Amino acid sequence: MASNETHTTNTRPVIACESVFKIFGENAAKMLAGTQGNVDAKAFQDAGCIVGVNNASFEVFQGEMLVVMGLSGSGKSTLLRCISKLTHATAGRIFIDGQDLLAMNNKQLIELRRSKMGMVFQSFALLPHKTVVENIAFPLQIKGMSTDESIKKAMEMVQLVGLLGRENYFPRQLSGGQQQRVGIARSLAIEPDIWFLDEPFSALDPLIRKEMQDEFLRLQGVLNKTILFVTHDFDEALRLADRIAIMKDGVIEQLDTPTNIVLNPATEYVRKFTEEVPREKVLRIESVMDPLNESEILSDLKVSKDAIIETVAAAVLTERNPVAVTDANHNVVGVLHPSRVIRVLFGDRDRQPSQQ
Amino acid sequence: MLVSLKNSRPAQFGLLIVLFLAAYFLVPQSETSYLWRLPPLLKSFPGWINFFLDNLMFKWFTVDVWDPLWQDYEEKTVFRIITRSIGSAILFVIILIREFFLGGAQTISALFSDAWMDANEWLSWPTLPWPAIVAGAAILGYQLQGIRLAMLAGIGFAYLSVFGQWEPSMQTLSFVLVSAPVCFFLGLGFGIWGYLNKTVEMTLQPILNCMQTLPHFSYLVPVMVLFGVGDHAGAIATIIFATPPMIRLTILGLKKVSPDIVDSGLMSGCNRFQLLFKVLIPTAKRDILVGVNQVIMQCLAMTTIAAFIGAKGLGFDLKVALNSLEIGKASEIGLCVVLIAVILDKYSLAWANKQRDYFANQTFYQRKRPLIIFLLLTLVAIALSYLGGIYFKEGINYLYYIPFNKGFTISPFIDAGIDWFWESFFASLNAFNVWLITSVLVPMREAYLGMPVVSTFILVMGAGYIVGGIRSAVVVGGLILFIALSEYWDRALITAYMATFAVLVSAFLGITVGSVCAQNEVTSRAILSVCDFFQTFPSFIYLIPVILLFGITDTSVMIAAIVYAVIPATRYTVEGLNSVPISLHEAGTMSGVSRAQRWINIELPLALPHIMLGINQTVVFALFMVILGALIGTIDLGQIIMGALSKKGGAGIGLALGIFVSFMCLAVDNLIQTWANERKKLLGIN
Repeated sequence: MASNETHTTNTRPVIACESVFKIFGENAAKMLAGTQGNVDAKAFQDAGCIVGVNNASFEVFQGEMLVVMGLSGSGKSTLLRCISKLTHATAGRIFIDGQDLLAMNNKQLIELRRSKMGMVFQSFALLPHKTVVENIAFPLQIKGMSTDESIKKAMEMVQLVGLLGRENYFPRQLSGGQQQRVGIARSLAIEPDIWFLDEPFSALDPLIRKEMQDEFLRLQGVLNKTILFVTHDFDEALRLADRIAIMKDGVIEQLDTPTNIVLNPATEYVRKFTEEVPREKVLRIESVMDPLNESEILSDLKVSKDAIIETVAAAVLTERNPVAVTDANHNVVGVLHPSRVIRVLFGDRDRQPSQQ
Repeated sequence: MLVSLKNSRPAQFGLLIVLFLAAYFLVPQSETSYLWRLPPLLKSFPGWINFFLDNLMFKWFTVDVWDPLWQDYEEKTVFRIITRSIGSAILFVIILIREFFLGGAQTISALFSDAWMDANEWLSWPTLPWPAIVAGAAILGYQLQGIRLAMLAGIGFAYLSVFGQWEPSMQTLSFVLVSAPVCFFLGLGFGIWGYLNKTVEMTLQPILNCMQTLPHFSYLVPVMVLFGVGDHAGAIATIIFATPPMIRLTILGLKKVSPDIVDSGLMSGCNRFQLLFKVLIPTAKRDILVGVNQVIMQCLAMTTIAAFIGAKGLGFDLKVALNSLEIGKASEIGLCVVLIAVILDKYSLAWANKQRDYFANQTFYQRKRPLIIFLLLTLVAIALSYLGGIYFKEGINYLYYIPFNKGFTISPFIDAGIDWFWESFFASLNAFNVWLITSVLVPMREAYLGMPVVSTFILVMGAGYIVGGIRSAVVVGGLILFIALSEYWDRALITAYMATFAVLVSAFLGITVGSVCAQNEVTSRAILSVCDFFQTFPSFIYLIPVILLFGITDTSVMIAAIVYAVIPATRYTVEGLNSVPISLHEAGTMSGVSRAQRWINIELPLALPHIMLGINQTVVFALFMVILGALIGTIDLGQIIMGALSKKGGAGIGLALGIFVSFMCLAVDNLIQTWANERKKLLGIN
């Protein structure tokens, strides 16, 4: 598993997991103690236990969005629930901002949730007896904020998610997309540092889902939270993530940037996902460029190394000469050969891409 | 042969019936044979209860208490002190509320010495003029919902006064206003406890089953022994009866809250109390509200029965009117009970659905407007009654207070109408009555009484075995054995025969009517509102019209039981049929089934588990009504339970017989629930 830290500038991990296990069943803890960290899911299943999360270790940094991707039953939601402590991890250590989550008492945990955590649920989980604005104000009121103040703050959030004019509606009067906007606004009301999203858009129609993803990216652009995002939709993961963790049967199969996952799938399972992915939509110019060679004659066209291939492909591929690649400061950092682009995008579809 | 028997339920039931009939005809009717009747080994069971109660109240755990009146120490049992203090606390609150409506000095005098009270006679809360209370009810209705509820409450309360039922109505109202909140909080508290703690829930379940199936009469005497006689005893009996559905619906509602909502509450940073009171309970509001609704209905249904142990109010007058066969009077009083029930029910619903407006910037006047208007109207009402006092110089001031039975009444017309009806239709009614009794009821009763105890056991335990295996068979058999070992087996058989007849007819009627009405949406909704409406009636109300038609006979009780018990059967049938997914209807239609084929092959099998739960309710309702039939004279268990009210040592007999009836219900309940649950699992519906 190639760990490629693209966000090395953010040194302090906001979330850190060390060998986290979650095993459901009566004797889980006892059985786990006997295995010294090598859990055989089959053996546990025979003993009546179900392995939810199997030895998960990773870090999430300030302002980073880690997407946990996996099919149903892969343990991705369980992992999220361990980190938000909605379930108690069977073993391992979890640190939030350096604080040991599993050692916290209930009071500290409540304090942590009131000040640092926000969560969005797949089923929206809005309180049916409260209006939009009351739902959003709820976490604030729970904290002890006065009604007037919390409603005022909640109205700001209503505006932020674009629901102005519907603040007095009840959840049942809203569409799915609108309900999830309320869920998002509620989770952001206390201005959390860490934002958990558990399949937030999975219950929505494809068009609405796309719209909400855009909305989500816009919000993240403004807010820059540390995000743990769970989804079963690989395209969604590629679209949103800074890094992706792919889970299967409780094990994190690979944790890497979208580019590296597409180009270098670590296991057969990951490769199956990446096969069908249109690479031009995922890969950035940076990942297909070659080092600068002074002898080459470059075309006049220049492209940014952060551009997604799809957005510049037409221009680049119609050029006769290689194209210069620039960084954010407009310095030329590499060169792009159309032939390489074509080879990466369309060649070797039936072979391991890593062999290229 | 054996294999087909193993796989086919109809064949198993066929075999069971053959065995049952064989036992029925082969066992000789001899008093010495244990196959015919079991010996009354549990004869002294009522005695044990009496012994226990006696000792609890008069012998065990005594302490010396200083009696200020006699200036001496008196020996009292701790238990008695506790029950009596609870009783007097409840009584105090009832009287406090009553005096708010009707005036008086009892609660005020509790604060001061008697001598001081005598010296200051002005110190007594005056009777509020009835128009003021009517205005208050209307304003409350307007405030909670709007003009429609205001009209209903206003007209309803005005009726109470104009028809001369003001005093008993206010007595009943004060009684309900105390018992209903107590039931609500007890029910909510136990419900929450049961939700939080699995062991508590498991312990509560059988107790609730038993409490809900005990006939009301049976715990009147024990309550009387423990708490004395009076309004408070009535209130306590009511609380015992009305709390279980509240507990049950609270647990059910809380369990139905989606785990995601709980998680979202936790992630919002709720502590345990906030989670419970701000997330769980409000989210479960719908079910809890149904519980509140049930509580109010049950409280009013108990008013007549509570009257047997000294509760004042409409129930008492209704009992008197029924006993003296004043149908007109009874109808008027019955309408009062129904009105109070409907108004309180609507109030509670509207209150729970009320929404708060955060953006309204209200002035002091706007916020306090209802209160100000109420005070103004009260002043107007006082002025009016003062004027009324001048106008009606002698006798009754109709604008201030209309005494009992001095109001407007239409009972002579009703009575005349009934007489006319009776005279014109007597022949046909009587013919039907005689036919039913001689050709159906009496033979059926003889058949039940001629049933050897062994064949009864073959039938119920066999059914238990087929439906739920050995476990069900043992449970059901155990419940019935308890009754069979008492002296009252024959009486129990009579109760069983009446209930069986009522259940068969109501099930047939309910399923038929329900199926017809469920065929389209308009009729479905119509029949469900009819069911809602009739369910608001306290059970004994049903006795009024049937007595007038059939007199004091078993037929009357049967018909009342059928009418009462047909409600759940109909409701559950409609609900069950409506819950069959539309896609299945469409699949059926595309396979070319006719309406009738669709009903038989698709809807009915899928709805049957739910319908059977309705039949379960029907059984309980029918048994209750049959026992209540003792009010107008039947000769089954109910009669002895009623009789126990006025007997020495009646507590034991009443409670023991109540437990028998409860066990009959539980046996049926066990069979039906087991079957329905298994069936639901099989069909994948829940």
